[in-house]
This record gives sequence, C-alpha cells and structure tokens, in this order.
Amino acid sequence: MAAKKLMKGTAARMGVMKRVSLVFKAKANRALDKMEDPRETLDYSYQRQLELLTKVRRGVADVATSRKRVELQMNQLQQQANKLEDQARKALGMGREDLARAALERKASAQSQLNDLQAQYAQLQAEEEKLTVASQRLQSKVDAFRTRKETIKATYTAAEAQTRINEAFSGISEEMGDVGMAIQRAEDKTAQMQARAGAIDELMASGALDDAVGGSRRDDIQSELDMMSASSDVESELSRLKGEITSGAPKQLEGGANGNSQAAQAPQGQGTQYAPPPPAQTQPASIPASDRPAEPQDGEG
Amino acid sequence: MIVRISGEGQFSVDDAATAELNRLDSELEAAVNRNDEAAFTSALHGLLDQVRAQGSPLPADTLEESDLILPPQDASMDEVRSMLTEEGLIPG
Repeated sequence: MAAKKLMKGTAARMGVMKRVSLVFKAKANRALDKMEDPRETLDYSYQRQLELLTKVRRGVADVATSRKRVELQMNQLQQQANKLEDQARKALGMGREDLARAALERKASAQSQLNDLQAQYAQLQAEEEKLTVASQRLQSKVDAFRTRKETIKATYTAAEAQTRINEAFSGISEEMGDVGMAIQRAEDKTAQMQARAGAIDELMASGALDDAVGGSRRDDIQSELDMMSASSDVESELSRLKGEITSGAPKQLEGGANGNSQAAQAPQGQGTQYAPPPPAQTQPASIPASDRPAEPQDGEG
Repeated sequence: MIVRISGEGQFSVDDAATAELNRLDSELEAAVNRNDEAAFTSALHGLLDQVRAQGSPLPADTLEESDLILPPQDASMDEVRSMLTEEGLIPG
C-alpha cells in the first residue's frame, strides 16, 4: 500500500527503474494483504510457484514447436531456391535469358522469405533459451522457498512468522512476476510468428513462390525448359536420320535440310500439325516426345 | 543495492555506481516521455550494460527483493510504458 502511494506521489521524478520495481512490489503486497493467516500464504504461494513452473516449461515447449516449424519452412524454401537456380542455369545454357531471369526473380522472392524466416528463427531460439534459463532460475528459487517455508512453519508462531514470510514472499513473487512477463512476451512473439508462418504456407501453396514440390505455376519455367531440351533431342534425332539418308540417297539431302529447320520450330508451336513433306514421316515419332521430354532426353544422352 | 534486469536475473551493484545509473535512467525516462524510440533503445542498452559491468550476478537461489528493476534488453518503448502501470505487463 505504501509502495503504491509512493509511486503515485513521486512518479514524475522517480525514473523508470524505481517505478517498475514499485509496480512489482505493489502486486506482491496486494497478494499478501489477502491472506488471513500469514502461514497460509506460504502454502498458497508455493502452489502458485509450482503452477508457474509448469507453465514456463510448457512455454519452452511451445516456443520449440514454433521454432521447428520455422525450420521446416526454411528447408522447403531453401530447396525451392536451389531448384530455381538450377532452372536458371539450364535456361542460360540454352540461351534463354528471359527464362533464366524469370527463374531468378522467383528465387529472389523465395530468398527474401528465407531471410525473414532466418531472423524469426534466431528470435525464437533466443526466446527459447531465455525461457529455459528463467525456468531453471525459478526452480532454484522455488526450492529455496520450500526450504524456508518449512523452517518458518516449524519454528515460528503466526505472529512471529510475519516478517520472515514477507521477506520470502516478496523475493519469490518478484521472480514470479518476472517469469510471468517473460512467458507472456514469448507467447506474443510466438503468436506473431505463427501468423507469419501461416502466411508463408499460404504463399507457398498458392504457387507464387513456385513451390518446387507441388505448386501449380512451377510448370511454366520447367515445361519450357523441358520443351527446349525435347526440341534439341529432335535436332539430334534429325541429324542422325539425315546422316542415314545422306549416306544412302544423296538426292533427298535438300528435302532433309528443309525439314530440319521446320522441325526445330515444330515442338514450340505444337498447334502446327502440318507435316513437312518427306522427312516428316520420321518425325511424328519424335514430336510427341515434347510432351514427355524427360525420358527421351535421358535416353538419348 | 540489488538491481534486476527483467528476463535476465538479479545483480548486486555497488552503491557507488548509483549516480551513473540514475543519470542513464533519467535519459531513459526522458526518451520515453518525448517518444523517441532511438534514444530510448540506446539509453536502455547503456543502462543494462552498466549494470552488467558494475554488478555481480546474485545466486539463483536467493529470495531477495530488488531495489531497482530494469526492462528486458529487447523491450520496446510501448512495453516499458505498460510496465509502469499495474495494469500492464506484469501478471498479477
């Protein structure tokens, strides 16, 4: 009570440190005032200490869970970034700077999410450490309180006990207030991060970050790359066939050269089904390959 | 004199360091009053560094009350404001 009055009367020139400590004291005093028999305070407070210990341990576990979730997302984003860089490299190798640029743009977006998550991860880790240390400190104080509680109960009458109880109680309740505040802050931070993690999950699901695993939009870069490697398969197939024809029938060389340039475009404009005259008879086998490009590419080496 | 850094623990600080702590504390309070987050952060960190440098940590199993309590290292100005009222951050 005295503490409360003091706080109000002199707050203006007291400074932050003193005011904060008086707020802690006022809370402790109010809890003490409620007790009829001071010794009752000991048991009641001890129960609350044990509850708080449970709570702070649960808090540590909650923060750890959030941290693991962020870690999982970081791994997913890292895989995506790697995959996009791979795609960019392939696209450049095929002379498609536009595709490479598109892939790198998405990679940059994934990377910026990743950086954000890294910062969050560090914060959660720090929060987890702080709470762990806080829970150990509280445990030590609770143990000390329990010892003192037994001594007080055994040796003092209710009247005599008052001062000693007040001392023990003030010390522990300041710690409890502080730990309670630490839990509160950790919960707030965790909640914020869960909201952001949820947002990133949604972003990944939408394909905007080009989810490497199941995103729907990923195929535009990949399928163009696939199509291009298919078309280079067609090229090599063509030159192989041309080689056969050239050695067998030199006359058809002109027709073959003609078909060559058209065949190179055919897989890109898939609508153009009209077949160039003579060499086209061998082509239908290779055109569908552009739909399932990966296997022929591997097969042909 | 016992000083607690919230979220960090209690320190025993020599009374000789009080003047410097008070000076930094006034800066902190002034920064809060004029709503200057940058000055607030630098004053808070200065204050905490001073306590850590001048003080020695109390053993975890002591049950002593602190004379002064400081906000945690990463506290925002708003959080400190709410620590200054009984309805604020400190759970009842």
